[in-house]
Amino acid sequence: MARALSQTALEEIAHLASRYPVARSALIPALHTAQAEAGYLSEGAMADVGEALGLPLTEVMSVATFYEMFHLEPPGRHHVRICINISCYLNGCDQVLEHLCRRLGIRPGETTVDGRVTLESVQCLAACEEAPVVLINAERHARVTARVLDDLLERLG
Amino acid sequence: MPRPLLTRYFGQPGRERIDAYLETGGYQGATQALRDLTPDKIVEIVEASGLRGRGGAGFPTARKWKLTPKREGEDRYLVVNGDESEPGTFKDRSLLEYDPHQMLEGILIAAYANQVHRAFVYLRGEFFTGYERLSRALADAYARGYFGKNILGTGFDLEVVIHRGAGAYICGEETALLESLEGRRGFPRQKPPYYPAVKGLYSQPTVLNNVETLAHLPHILVLGADGYRAYGPPVLYSVSGHVVVPGVKELPLGTPLREIIFEHAGGLRPGRTLKALFPGGSSSAIITPEHLNTPADFESLAKIGSMLGSSAIIVMDDTTCIPAVIQRTVEFYRDESCGKCTPCREGTIWLSQVFDRILAGRGRMEDLDLLDGIARNMTGTCFCLLGESVPPSLRASLRYFRAEYEHHIREGACDIRAVAPAGA
Repeated sequence: MARALSQTALEEIAHLASRYPVARSALIPALHTAQAEAGYLSEGAMADVGEALGLPLTEVMSVATFYEMFHLEPPGRHHVRICINISCYLNGCDQVLEHLCRRLGIRPGETTVDGRVTLESVQCLAACEEAPVVLINAERHARVTARVLDDLLERLG
Repeated sequence: MPRPLLTRYFGQPGRERIDAYLETGGYQGATQALRDLTPDKIVEIVEASGLRGRGGAGFPTARKWKLTPKREGEDRYLVVNGDESEPGTFKDRSLLEYDPHQMLEGILIAAYANQVHRAFVYLRGEFFTGYERLSRALADAYARGYFGKNILGTGFDLEVVIHRGAGAYICGEETALLESLEGRRGFPRQKPPYYPAVKGLYSQPTVLNNVETLAHLPHILVLGADGYRAYGPPVLYSVSGHVVVPGVKELPLGTPLREIIFEHAGGLRPGRTLKALFPGGSSSAIITPEHLNTPADFESLAKIGSMLGSSAIIVMDDTTCIPAVIQRTVEFYRDESCGKCTPCREGTIWLSQVFDRILAGRGRMEDLDLLDGIARNMTGTCFCLLGESVPPSLRASLRYFRAEYEHHIREGACDIRAVAPAGA
């Protein structure tokens, strides 16, 4: 059967497993590796992870669906996460989120029709001194305003 | 006021490079520990320092270490809780991003003191920058012989693995963290009878410490218990919300709330007055301006019905709608509940539905008793502290701001001007 994951990813997963006394401990890191390949976890990718770690697909799926950072559907090319917890709320994140929704034409949890951006409202990102905070892909942006976000989205490509 | 210890080099670029850390005396505490001190002696020093866990519970660190059995030939682990997600808390993320070697040095000291040879750092999945900087710092420290085999020629071995989580507040709960580290869903484990110290990772004795707790250790070793205590002892307060200068404030434990907010965090915006605050993250009961002279320490905050918790102070001025804030916290716990136990899973949903009704202008006066009743029934009945964290702020808000809830119910609208516009 054809593999969903590349040889490189499978080698990386084997390496991850070797770092723990019990291979299963590498499951979440392995899922990160698998997700990095296609942007989401396909059933084939999860089956590959399971095989590499000696786990049935159901176990892998059970874990993958528990954690918010794993996606079972293809997300947009860019991931915008906006914190909606207390400190960000006190500093106006709702207005920023509303602006984002209008501009992108989607609600939190959705992806733009062109597949460019997935928008998510998330819980406290532990950066309350920078409220309101937005993570765009792996980069955190402090004290964002509608205008700043417009510029950032513009430059995303 | 003494100079800061843990945050002294915050903001200095390139601080994750080991040379920058070594230049300012880095790894001296660990070197001294491994070369000159016995593990027991280190435990003694840490005990004398009075260090208490900085994850929220405040359990004395040395006592935790002593509870971990040290049986010959039995695997033992050190697990670092770097899953900081308590709303309002950002000190651990700051330590990881701005000075990651401090915690790594703390790991080395704690591992040696507990004769542990394998450590895992459970890092919050969303800490992209922290992961990058910590990984780089760890690679450098390995290259210089501070980790790996025969560290500093002392014969002591220690392997450290950085383990990224994937987005689940519950994994900050220590037993859920262990489940997650074993490759499972983050469901908390039954305790008592067995605490992680006795049966932790892979059911082996496990020392579980928070990032900040470990970052204190190098300073304790270098300064000695008394020298360290002269600094307060120091604590990292995360101050955010409606203050002019939010940030991590390193201050002596027990600094009065008034001083923290008005002297160190720049006070409120012009023309605003203080309405309420969370002194220890969203799990702590909110308190009001009458409590401003309270020292921000474990006992004093407990005495006024709240807690120091993770020492995250969230400040709310008079533009804040309290029911709306509490609704946010309830929604947070609802979304983050792991679903294992009924009071937490259902209780947070019910509470959230009542809040939706009140804030949409469809509330009924008896909803206030309903909220309080659900909160009371969740108290002491949840499987872990996640569910137990919901009632304190809710019940305190009903106590201090009942009139505001009543106004929402009677008028069907809020009488508070909207919160600050973004960027204000």
